[in-house]
Amino acid sequence: MAKVPLGVVNSEVAFSRIGEGMPQIFSKNANGVARFVIWGSCAVLLIAAAIGIILPRSDLVMGVGEPLAQPVPFSHKHHVGQLGIDCRYCHNGVETSSSAGLPATEVCMTCHSQLFTNADMLAPVRASLANGKPIEWQRVNSVPDFVFFNHAIHINKGVACETCHGEVDEMPLTRRAHTLSMEWCLGCHRNPQSNLRPPQDVFLMHWQPPEDIADIRRKLIGMLDIHPETMTDCYVCHR
Amino acid sequence: MSAIADNRPGSAIDIAALRKRLAKGGETWRSLDEVAGTAEFRRFVEAEFPAIAERLPVKPNRRTLLKLMGASLSLAGLAACSRAESIVPYVSQPEILVPGKPVYYATTLSSDGFGVGAIVESHEGRPTKVEGNPDHPASRGATDAVMQAAVLTLFDPDRSRTPLKDGEPASYGDFLKDMAALVSRWTASQGQGGALLLDASTSPTLAAQIDTLRARYPRLKIYRHDPLTTPAAGEASRALYGSALTPIHHLDRAEVIFSLDADFLGEGPGRLAYARDFAARRRVRNPSDRMSRLYAVESTPTITGAAADHRLAIRPSAIETVAGGLNAALGGQAGASDSPIDQVWMAALLEDLKTAGRNALVIAGPQQSAFVHAATLAANAKLGALGNTVELIEPPDALQVDGDLGALCETIGDGVIDTVVALSANPLYTAPAGLDAHKAFSSLKLLVHHGLYRDETAFLAHWHVPAAHELESWGDIRAHDGTTSLVQPLIKPLYDGKTVHELLAVLSSRFEADPLSLVRQHWAALDDDAWKKALRGGIVPNTAAKPVSVSVPPDLGGLRPAAKAGNGIEIRFVADPWLRDGRLANASWLQELPRPLTKIVWGNAALISPATAERLKIDNGKIINVAVNGAEVDAPAWIVPGHPGETVTLSFGFGRKVGSVAALSEGYDGFHLRHGSEWFAAGAAITPRENSVRVITTQHHQAMERRAIVRHAALDAFRQNPDFVRKDAPPSPKESLNPDWRYDQEAWAMAIDLSACIGCTACVSACQAENNIAPVGPEECERGHEMHWLRVDRYYAGPVDAPETFFQPVPCMHCEKAPCEVVCPVNATVHTHDGLNAQVYNRCIGTRYCSQNCPYKVRRFNFLDHQSFDKDEAGPEQGVHNPNVSVRSRGVMEKCTYCVQRISAKRIQAQIENRDIADGEVVTACQQACPTHAITFGDLNRKDANVVREKSAPQNYALLEELNTRPRTTYLGRISNPNGKLARPGEATDG
Amino acid sequence: MAEASANGPAVLRGRHDFPEISGRIGSIVLDGRLPRHFWTAFFLCFLLVLLFLYSITYLISVGVGAYGIDIPVAWGTMISNFVWWIGIGHAGTLISAVLLLLRQPWRASINRFAEAMTLFAVAMAGLFPILHLGRPWFFYWLLPLPNVHMHWPQWRSPLVWDFAAIATYATVSLLFWYMGLLPDLAVLRDRARSRPAQLFYGILALGWRGSAYHWARYQVVYFLLAALATPLVVSVHSIVSLDFTFAITPGYHSTIFPPYFVAGALLSGFAMVLTIAIPLRWAFSVKDLITVRHMENAAKLMIAAGMIVVYGYVSEAFFAWYSGESYERAMMVQRAIGPYAPLFWTMLSLNCGLLQLLWFRRIRRNMPLLFVIAIAINVGMWIERYVIVVTAPSRDYLPSAWGEQSLTWLDFGILFGSIGTFFALVFLFIRILPAITIFEVEELAEEEGKLR
Repeated sequence: MAKVPLGVVNSEVAFSRIGEGMPQIFSKNANGVARFVIWGSCAVLLIAAAIGIILPRSDLVMGVGEPLAQPVPFSHKHHVGQLGIDCRYCHNGVETSSSAGLPATEVCMTCHSQLFTNADMLAPVRASLANGKPIEWQRVNSVPDFVFFNHAIHINKGVACETCHGEVDEMPLTRRAHTLSMEWCLGCHRNPQSNLRPPQDVFLMHWQPPEDIADIRRKLIGMLDIHPETMTDCYVCHR
Repeated sequence: MSAIADNRPGSAIDIAALRKRLAKGGETWRSLDEVAGTAEFRRFVEAEFPAIAERLPVKPNRRTLLKLMGASLSLAGLAACSRAESIVPYVSQPEILVPGKPVYYATTLSSDGFGVGAIVESHEGRPTKVEGNPDHPASRGATDAVMQAAVLTLFDPDRSRTPLKDGEPASYGDFLKDMAALVSRWTASQGQGGALLLDASTSPTLAAQIDTLRARYPRLKIYRHDPLTTPAAGEASRALYGSALTPIHHLDRAEVIFSLDADFLGEGPGRLAYARDFAARRRVRNPSDRMSRLYAVESTPTITGAAADHRLAIRPSAIETVAGGLNAALGGQAGASDSPIDQVWMAALLEDLKTAGRNALVIAGPQQSAFVHAATLAANAKLGALGNTVELIEPPDALQVDGDLGALCETIGDGVIDTVVALSANPLYTAPAGLDAHKAFSSLKLLVHHGLYRDETAFLAHWHVPAAHELESWGDIRAHDGTTSLVQPLIKPLYDGKTVHELLAVLSSRFEADPLSLVRQHWAALDDDAWKKALRGGIVPNTAAKPVSVSVPPDLGGLRPAAKAGNGIEIRFVADPWLRDGRLANASWLQELPRPLTKIVWGNAALISPATAERLKIDNGKIINVAVNGAEVDAPAWIVPGHPGETVTLSFGFGRKVGSVAALSEGYDGFHLRHGSEWFAAGAAITPRENSVRVITTQHHQAMERRAIVRHAALDAFRQNPDFVRKDAPPSPKESLNPDWRYDQEAWAMAIDLSACIGCTACVSACQAENNIAPVGPEECERGHEMHWLRVDRYYAGPVDAPETFFQPVPCMHCEKAPCEVVCPVNATVHTHDGLNAQVYNRCIGTRYCSQNCPYKVRRFNFLDHQSFDKDEAGPEQGVHNPNVSVRSRGVMEKCTYCVQRISAKRIQAQIENRDIADGEVVTACQQACPTHAITFGDLNRKDANVVREKSAPQNYALLEELNTRPRTTYLGRISNPNGKLARPGEATDG
Repeated sequence: MAEASANGPAVLRGRHDFPEISGRIGSIVLDGRLPRHFWTAFFLCFLLVLLFLYSITYLISVGVGAYGIDIPVAWGTMISNFVWWIGIGHAGTLISAVLLLLRQPWRASINRFAEAMTLFAVAMAGLFPILHLGRPWFFYWLLPLPNVHMHWPQWRSPLVWDFAAIATYATVSLLFWYMGLLPDLAVLRDRARSRPAQLFYGILALGWRGSAYHWARYQVVYFLLAALATPLVVSVHSIVSLDFTFAITPGYHSTIFPPYFVAGALLSGFAMVLTIAIPLRWAFSVKDLITVRHMENAAKLMIAAGMIVVYGYVSEAFFAWYSGESYERAMMVQRAIGPYAPLFWTMLSLNCGLLQLLWFRRIRRNMPLLFVIAIAINVGMWIERYVIVVTAPSRDYLPSAWGEQSLTWLDFGILFGSIGTFFALVFLFIRILPAITIFEVEELAEEEGKLR
């Protein structure tokens, strides 16, 4: 038999059913509600996505700029900014070792056996020297255990302390200056040139690049034998 | 053990109950106390293992046990790690110590009492890795598998941590009080009724201290108990020359070597040096090079036999006949007609030996009888080798003693002796069968035990004092050639252990002597500079024993063949290559390290020949009962190709249940069958039992399936056809769809010389130590979950009764066209600019696709949480971790990285100094450990690099090169030097 | 069956009218008076659901080492389960989309639950790649999400393509199924007595009124989706098969896989259709709506697909020999005589041997027997997947690394758990949605002139 176009059949079928005449289940504004739900859920998804992208990069989450409470309220602002003590005086491993090193209690006491000898805030330091128990500082700049960061190589290749740790000479209490996220690290590892200084300047604060910095940096890349293409190998940081 | 209960009803352990519980079997237990579930153990656990205390399982799951063994946080040096977010500086920083930079110290490790020099890497005062000391004659820069585990045993949480009086924790002060009493008693009685029981030792200081004690207490008796002692050589030379002498060999001078059951590559204090010299004489890189030739006759398969050009397996009792025959034949008389080996073979050997003359070398197995040694000396003398390839020296371990354990027990039985001070020996475990040391020792008035573990003897002792680990001790020790070297501590004793010297000092009433001064005094002759130099260099200069020149012996000093007629099964006892006499049973690395030939882990088996197995209808894992005069033991059978027929090889070191790791391992205790210090027994009987067990092995398939995997040739064949490795090997394609990489910096590569590899697996152990590779325990090994990054494959070829044996170390090949890289969905395994195939643990999500696609199957997966990487719950064993390598978590793939942490360290150093990395500057862990220089590593882009030279050898080939994976790790085909006159079994076939 | 319709013998039997049809089908859902054995069966499945949940929890908390994988065989039952379920998921789309485009009227009464079956199967399948991971909590790293690692998926890896393929397939199947449901949901809404039911079906029906406009739009969208879904039937399993063919492992590295996998998928898919339909028509006495002719056609399709699978087996073996690849040959030999030989031969006897019975009309029309065969084929297909996944790596290049898997309780816990969950979902579906397309059956009755 000849095929009846489906549409026609079906609509007849359908209409045959309407007229069993029954009360409306939904009021008129149900349509509005439906539309709202549809568009609303789309909007929610978009916002969620946006938050998901922004939040992990925010200083808030990465704890940038929040000073931590330390057993001794050590002030880089005072020691570096006002007294002008060199970074290496306390962090003496920074040029040779992977870890910059924290000053041993003795290092603190070289001065503080003379100065502020009975200041209350230094009591923990004196105690530490007395009973040989180290001072437990709170870590400010930390990366995950599977990241193997080496201070020496950065210092020797003209990456300044300031570049990662910020202007510590203005920090009464030390705080994290950058997110230290992988994205942030890669930013420099992919394009080191823009963050280089002449190695002799790496310990300077508020360093003002000379106007010919551009070609100084171009020279540095060559002189310091830096190979950006090798600096994004995974094992450079993950072993 | 019941004696304890009898003697001291108040004892902590109810042995009867314990017996009952253990009779049920199947129970895992950490120590006698645990099964007994004593209050003391509770206290101990709560004190020492806070983390375990609450979750101590009724029947501890073995894996958790492995992981948790001692979750103690109270460990000096680890305190800094205990809280993640806090960092701790020094109070006063040592001069030499820069945080983040390792420091290296020279010291000496003891191997069966003899010294092997070591350089130990220490991070912030934490020893993490043992390397060989290039200046030390017994090490020459190499290490063996056992030495690598020294750092592990140091941090072993099961180590005895406190002195015990009658099994209860007590203070060292109390101990000294009791000793003071003892000393006064002895002073009064001149040491009457007192005895010292010593372990094998070569320490000059110890010898001197013994002499002082003798002088002080004339009636004091000194006994030595060394279960692995091999006195035969001494007896032989005494019979021949009147004084005990030990032979040392110069394989670098030897043209033709004949080993009479001597495993000189795998056993003995000089093995590392011998292996190096042996391999050096067999380095062939071009057809003109020459090779030494090794004939071996042995009564149990060894790696020396595997390295031999001609090997015969004969029963232990037949060795003497061969030795006698050889000596006679060299003397011009007709070889003994009853010789167990065919005349052609013997004739060829004799001819070779004679041609080699003074450059020939006959080596007798240390375990062999005095007659064999005498015959060997005579033979060497006849050949003129004596003084050239073999020299005789005063035995470095010579010590005037009143007898061995047997003698001691006897005298105790006679009631002559009532006080015994046992120094770092564990006689109750290692006592031979038919010697009831237990009964004897329990009848003592006072038994003082000094040892690393609370072992069998410690539980019986009235006083147990924790010993200091060798990495915690001051001391001195002599090498196989007599060279003396100093032992200096890498870390202060973790559990306040005492050195042997301290204990001996106590007995001479020097109660507070400090361990350093005791040694220093003995070396007062050295001024401070010399002393410092000796410490820094690791050896005391010119202390090697001078060779004694001896006259050619007229006859064999009246020595006659001692072996009984070999009726029934013969037994060959061997020490487990890793656990030795069982003292290292608690080192998980060693338990899990495959035995070189059987690849068995976490247990031992009774090794038998295929023929015997066929006759007795035994298959692998079948439990067999081995009985010899009165004693018997049940052991799983393991069929070993090339094992002599009607002979069974039993090993010592297993069947211990003291210590959480040792308790995990299967295995039987060979000492149950051993009488005296014998190494052979005849007239044994084997009766198969019904049941079987699964012996855990890491390699299930032994044949090469006719695949060109280990490519090998005889020296002559190589000379005719230098690139034999290409012969009927599938061609390797040149083109690839994947773009080529540019390697404009370095291009790291490795070459492995299969002729040099002796299969000792030192590389595997070194890799484990360097790269924080987790031991996984027997269950996981059985399920194929073991984690070794580097495995040494062992293949057999030829007839099962006399096969050729091949070893092939297989690390990651670091393919230039790596199949694993293209399939990882998350870029967790990637190619680097210098040609490494890097694995990024923190990116890996564990699809395991890379392993599926790896033709070499060198990738290892963390199927379960094998080691605790959480700082807060890890125990002392975490102290052994290399801080420069991530500890991998569950669900992550890992593999050989060419020791990328070492590459990075060297590169950073070079970059700081603004120079290129020198050739040989980067040394991988496996390469550094290898005794035979089989592994070469370096930069392909440096034309002068060693690795380039190795790879340019004609026999260089890549494994599975037909797959076009372009491996960076390549092999140098195995070249052997058989005698053309002897058809080599299995020459034709390769699998 | 007196009168014959345009294509072959009539599908439906007896005389019907619209209220009768919609009433009968709707009542299953609306008055929910289901036979006792329905609930018993559901309860049994529910127990398996609990087992499933327990196994998954155990797996994730202990680690993948808890089930039978190792080195060298690092893939195991999770992968074979995945492939198996995806395969089962094929029949639904094929029936609905392809047969729709081919204007096969007999699809009418079975397409609905076939589609549902597809959905649930795909849902099951979707779980396994995640359960397979060593660190499942990072599965989203397979997606190109913006992240602070500056790190993207590795596009050369088939696993990434997999992820996309399955996601697409699941989405399209869902839309297609829901689209087809709309008119029936409206019917249920109109027939519902209780207010909650009216609201429930009302909301789902999206205000369907069956006006000519609705029907016109419906036709367009439905046919478009069908056109979209059809290529997916081929693409999804082809891509899944690439997971294997892409690897150089002997036994994986074979170009026959894509067609061979698709055919296998259809085979197992139709086997599953029969496994569900035969009890269904019997339990709800709709034998006159889901007729023997449906079953027979499904059986015919099975044998068609099955023969392609057989061809796959043959060509795999043939090319292993013909290629001269020694590793490939060795692997095939090992497959036939090695440790996995028993599985291999079981697979052949079921998927090649037993299948041939379907040539006989009497067997095709014998429901109990057909049911048994269907189940057997399902088993056979699972074994096939397991054999493919496991034998290859267990006998690859280096004999020293050869090794087998030892399965643990977890492997079976998860497999049977997923089967139970699948059927539990099917039961729920039968309970709350019309398992047979009301309006299409009505339409069919109209076409076949079976209206009173």
